[in-house]
Amino acid sequence: MIEVKHVNKSFGKTQVLKDISATFEKGKVNLIIGQSGHGKTVLAKCIVGLHEVESGEILFNGRDFCKMNRVERTSIRQEIGMLFQGSALFDSMTVEENVMFPLLMFKKMTKKEMHTRVNFCLERVNLTGRNSLFPSECSGGMQKRIGIARAIAMNPKYLFCDEPNSGLDPKTAILIDTLIREITYEYQITTVAITHDMNSVMEIGDNILFIHNGNNWWTGNKNNIISTENPEVTSFVYASEFMKEIKDSIIEKNKNK
Amino acid sequence: MKLMEGFGKYFLMLTIVFRAPEKMSIFRKRLFEELEQIGINSIPLVALMSSFIGGVIALQTASNMSNPLLPTYTVGYITQSSTILEFSPTIISLILAGKVGSNIASEIGTMRVTEQIDALEIMGVNSLNFLVLPKVTAAVLFFPILVIFSMGLSLVGGWIALVLSDLSSTETYIYGIRYYFEMSNVWYALTKCVVFGFIIVTISSFYGYYVKGGSLEVGRSSTQAVVSSSVAILVANFLLTQMILLS
Ligand SMILES: Nc1ncnc2c1ncn2[C@@H]1O[C@H](COP(=O)(O)OP(=O)(O)O)[C@@H](O)[C@H]1O
Ligand SMILES: [Mg+2]
Repeated sequence: MIEVKHVNKSFGKTQVLKDISATFEKGKVNLIIGQSGHGKTVLAKCIVGLHEVESGEILFNGRDFCKMNRVERTSIRQEIGMLFQGSALFDSMTVEENVMFPLLMFKKMTKKEMHTRVNFCLERVNLTGRNSLFPSECSGGMQKRIGIARAIAMNPKYLFCDEPNSGLDPKTAILIDTLIREITYEYQITTVAITHDMNSVMEIGDNILFIHNGNNWWTGNKNNIISTENPEVTSFVYASEFMKEIKDSIIEKNKNK
Repeated sequence: MKLMEGFGKYFLMLTIVFRAPEKMSIFRKRLFEELEQIGINSIPLVALMSSFIGGVIALQTASNMSNPLLPTYTVGYITQSSTILEFSPTIISLILAGKVGSNIASEIGTMRVTEQIDALEIMGVNSLNFLVLPKVTAAVLFFPILVIFSMGLSLVGGWIALVLSDLSSTETYIYGIRYYFEMSNVWYALTKCVVFGFIIVTISSFYGYYVKGGSLEVGRSSTQAVVSSSVAILVANFLLTQMILLS
């Protein structure tokens, strides 16, 4: 479980995160949603310590990350896997070297054990046998899956995914979403995923945090997000005419019952 | 003000770079990659520059020696002392600042804007130490080799130019090179180029590591890296010359 308490963050004069508090549960897919540029990525990066927060607490199973020094943080970081918006694969390394990298760096394993682990992770994301490709030779969807394989190589307790399906076609996007959900349930990971895609929200949103202008604007789950009265959330959910029509028809149906 | 802030950030960066590597076996592997990238891959450029400039120095000295009072071996002597003292260590370092410096700044800068550095940090890797320490070590180890190589080739270039244009005989030229040859000048040159190698790698890494934005900014910062390391080399050259030669 990750708890965020009263976190503030500014860049220069602009305050990007305003007194945000939230809880991300273990074994659940916790979504951070909201419009572009409203602070979702900044929040995730603050939680993992890529940005320093100005005030507030960030607790990983009760351990306050903000108060730790570099060395103490390293031990928590090894429990974190992260999938970046642009995948952030090391482009000078092959697929196998990418996934093996954290193991080489931190695990005392034999070469054989590492290969077994790498192949296991690649199999988990349906990329068996693609070990010797370079990231530039892979499609966007494959790159995301390699990113996931690298993120789970160390058996993380916490998984962060920044817009895991942006830039993908709808079918591949759902594939990635499903993969994230399966991995979360299978290994009981605390997953935090950022998205602005309504398909993902409805597919995997166990818990949902809606960020608006750097505020914790609304929290809920995929079941009550369709019926909420919160104007910002509804305008986000029903952004398209198509969705509005669906909403109307649902309300219509409920009336007729 | 901005400049002072930059200096502070630069020295702070150095304190993070110079720590014991997390895993020696990975450091060794990275070091060999960088020795190839920074060292071996620079050999052709250094060879080309050195032999031609050596030739030109020799020819110009020879053609300007109309005074019959000067002994004929002066050509060799001047070629030797100017390449060893200034050309090989300083000019070659300036040229390498262009090649190696822009390379490093754009490599690290690209890693920054594509979040690869964030990915390293997330795993708990000290990214500065991981990326920069092998580069600095490679440069400090290999720059002296490049410079000795450059000194040798410049003298050979000078010799070929003189013999081809019939301005001096081989014996006189070699006598000139050996006349008044001071080993301390070679040590001085090697000290300088170690410092210059350090400057090039750390300054270029600095510009790459702290770049913000996209590919446009990466390009800009790599130009800035070359300019700043060149200026730093010139300043350091002046200071070192004062310190070593005049003490
Ligand atoms: N490193 C940074 N320096 C300055 N401003 C930043 C930085 N990162 C993000 N911002 C600003 O913070 C705001 C939120 O950005 P972000 O969290 O990336 O949005 P999103 O919700 O789309 O992920 C934006 O206005 C952005 O300009
Ligand atoms: Mg974002």
